[in-house]
Amino acid sequence: MLKRVHFPPGILPYLLVAPQVAITLVFFIWPAAQAIYQSFLLEDAFGLSTEFVWFENFVALAEDPIYLGSFGRTIVFSAAVAALSMSFALVLAGFADRVARAATTYRTLLIWPYAVAPVLAGALWVFMFNPTLGILPYFLEFMGIEWNHYLNGNQAMLLVIMAAAWKQVAYNFLFYLAAMQAIPRSVIEAAAIDGAGPFRRFADIIFPLISPTTFFLLVINVTYAFFDTFGIIHAITQGGPANATTILVYKVFNDGFVGLDLGGSAAQSVVLMILVIGLTVVQFRYIEKRVQY
Amino acid sequence: MASITLENLTKSYGDTEVLHHVHGQIEDGEFIVVVGPSGCGKSTLLRMIAGLETITGGQVHIGDRVVNDLEPAQRDIAMVFQNYALYPHMTVRENMAYGLKIRKFSKAEIEARVREAAEILEIGDYLDRKPRQLSGGQRQRVAMGRAIVRHPKVFLFDEPLSNLDAKLRVQMRLEIRKLQKRLGVTSIYVTHDQVEAMTLGDRLMVLNKGYVEQFGSPIELYSRPASVFVAGFIGSPAMNFLPAHAEGGRLTLENGAVIASTTAASGPVTLGIRPEHLVADSQGPIRLAVDVLEQLGANTLVHGVLAGTRTDLTASLEGVRDIPGGQELAFSAPPEALHVFDRATGQRVGD
Ligand SMILES: Nc1ncnc2c1ncn2[C@@H]1O[C@H](COP(=O)(O)OP(=O)(O)OP(=O)(O)O)[C@@H](O)[C@H]1O
Ligand SMILES: [Mg+2]
Repeated sequence: MLKRVHFPPGILPYLLVAPQVAITLVFFIWPAAQAIYQSFLLEDAFGLSTEFVWFENFVALAEDPIYLGSFGRTIVFSAAVAALSMSFALVLAGFADRVARAATTYRTLLIWPYAVAPVLAGALWVFMFNPTLGILPYFLEFMGIEWNHYLNGNQAMLLVIMAAAWKQVAYNFLFYLAAMQAIPRSVIEAAAIDGAGPFRRFADIIFPLISPTTFFLLVINVTYAFFDTFGIIHAITQGGPANATTILVYKVFNDGFVGLDLGGSAAQSVVLMILVIGLTVVQFRYIEKRVQY
Repeated sequence: MASITLENLTKSYGDTEVLHHVHGQIEDGEFIVVVGPSGCGKSTLLRMIAGLETITGGQVHIGDRVVNDLEPAQRDIAMVFQNYALYPHMTVRENMAYGLKIRKFSKAEIEARVREAAEILEIGDYLDRKPRQLSGGQRQRVAMGRAIVRHPKVFLFDEPLSNLDAKLRVQMRLEIRKLQKRLGVTSIYVTHDQVEAMTLGDRLMVLNKGYVEQFGSPIELYSRPASVFVAGFIGSPAMNFLPAHAEGGRLTLENGAVIASTTAASGPVTLGIRPEHLVADSQGPIRLAVDVLEQLGANTLVHGVLAGTRTDLTASLEGVRDIPGGQELAFSAPPEALHVFDRATGQRVGD
């Protein structure tokens, strides 16, 4: 047993943690408290008077078909982003795991998208898919597909999903590759001798053994899609057309700063806050005790 | 069941050749041990036979097929790895059944074979446990079980006992030997432990830096080592090597002592004598200046130098002895216990 070092009680420990506490208070706790307070207020159209309305803003949200629509869209969006970026990363990692030699180059190239700022990533996809200038709509036209994400809501959704997923692939790839390389080579070789081809080895051995990583990434990716995709959506579609890509986090911004419905927007952000706390709890509990196999 | 032929096998990683022209004929049902110091290429050789490493040159035949271009799965072999390589997410039963499941055996057949293997290896009680719930020795048995349920033509073992404690190692060694005799499956077993090699193998292939130094029965290797390397590697305590000059059957040591022998060699040689072949003889030509003793109970190892030189010399005397340091002992050695090697090449010469 190590002996614990005892410092005489005094002011020093408090001083040492004070900056961190101050930052947390000013930038996290205070705005969060403000949002909660705001969510109980109703402001008139001209911003002249405010009224304390308890849960009315939340009730209004629950009855607002546009908000509920946005909720549904967010779930579709998150599920699609997580599924797309994770499965793509899984395939890439599967290949990278096999070619251990050029892996460093491969890895460096693959990590780039993660380093790109969300708005730039968005701009990139906007250019590629611009209906008049973009290279991809030009090719799609040959296949008889008319691309215009400014008018077609489904296409707009598809585009933001692809852009958001693309940005997350690198992150997922690194985790998957690390997980795969942590599997002892001899286990894979034993499966090869047992007669399993590359596909069976992946399905029967590799995939089950990296399931803890899959679960971890699922939480991370859903959190990302819920909360960190604002920049991409803002750059590509601004939530349009006709709210087709307005997911919850974008709606908070849109209703609050564009629509100036501060109470409603605050109520929405409180809902988001509860969601993020829920996801974080799941994540931490999971990290505490890894998935057992 | 199958014989194995290694024909002029080479292996290179980039420009470095790590195995050089390995030849060997392994008969059906034989137990071959590949032995050599760390890094000499034992695992590489085994993995080439298994199909886990590509073959740079030469051919591997299993039975009457050349298997160079076959996948591991098509070679009809089973391998036991040093770290067991059990599937951690499967139960013992699933671990053993996996290879059979892939080969589309019927449920009943799989169950029968797993039962049979579990009975042989006495692991029937843990069939529903995961590998992490087993001790090292039990995992070792499961790894063996996974190999034997397949009824393969060839067993390959890569240092399967090196993770076990000394006592269990001796016990498992015996069990592996019995199992192999009972099943009669051609086996190749890699180890760096010469005692393991001597006790297990019908024949031993001694590898050194990627070259086959000698391939023969344990007794052949012990009584007629083909090189200084084999002589020093096989047998415990290790053989003594004394620089000598050979002429007309007489061997002259550094300190001028002359030993009579039957060797036909002449010129500078290395004389090898095993400690247990030195016979205490007050008139003997080999004089040992005692340094330290090692008491083993049944016998005593006397370590010292050849009198008047700085060449190490060890003798093995029966029973418990008490000899003060600094004393000189005299020994003789029968001519048939003398091994003469060329000083430059290290190869056996003169007989
Ligand atoms: N992938 C590789 N690239 C380059 N050299 C390698 C590679 N694998 C093995 N080697 C070299 O080949 C030689 C033989 O290796 P091998 O693993 O067969 O040794 P070993 O006899 O099994 O040793 P040990 O008893 O330590 O297991 C070593 O010198 C090693 O450095
Ligand atoms: Mg090895």
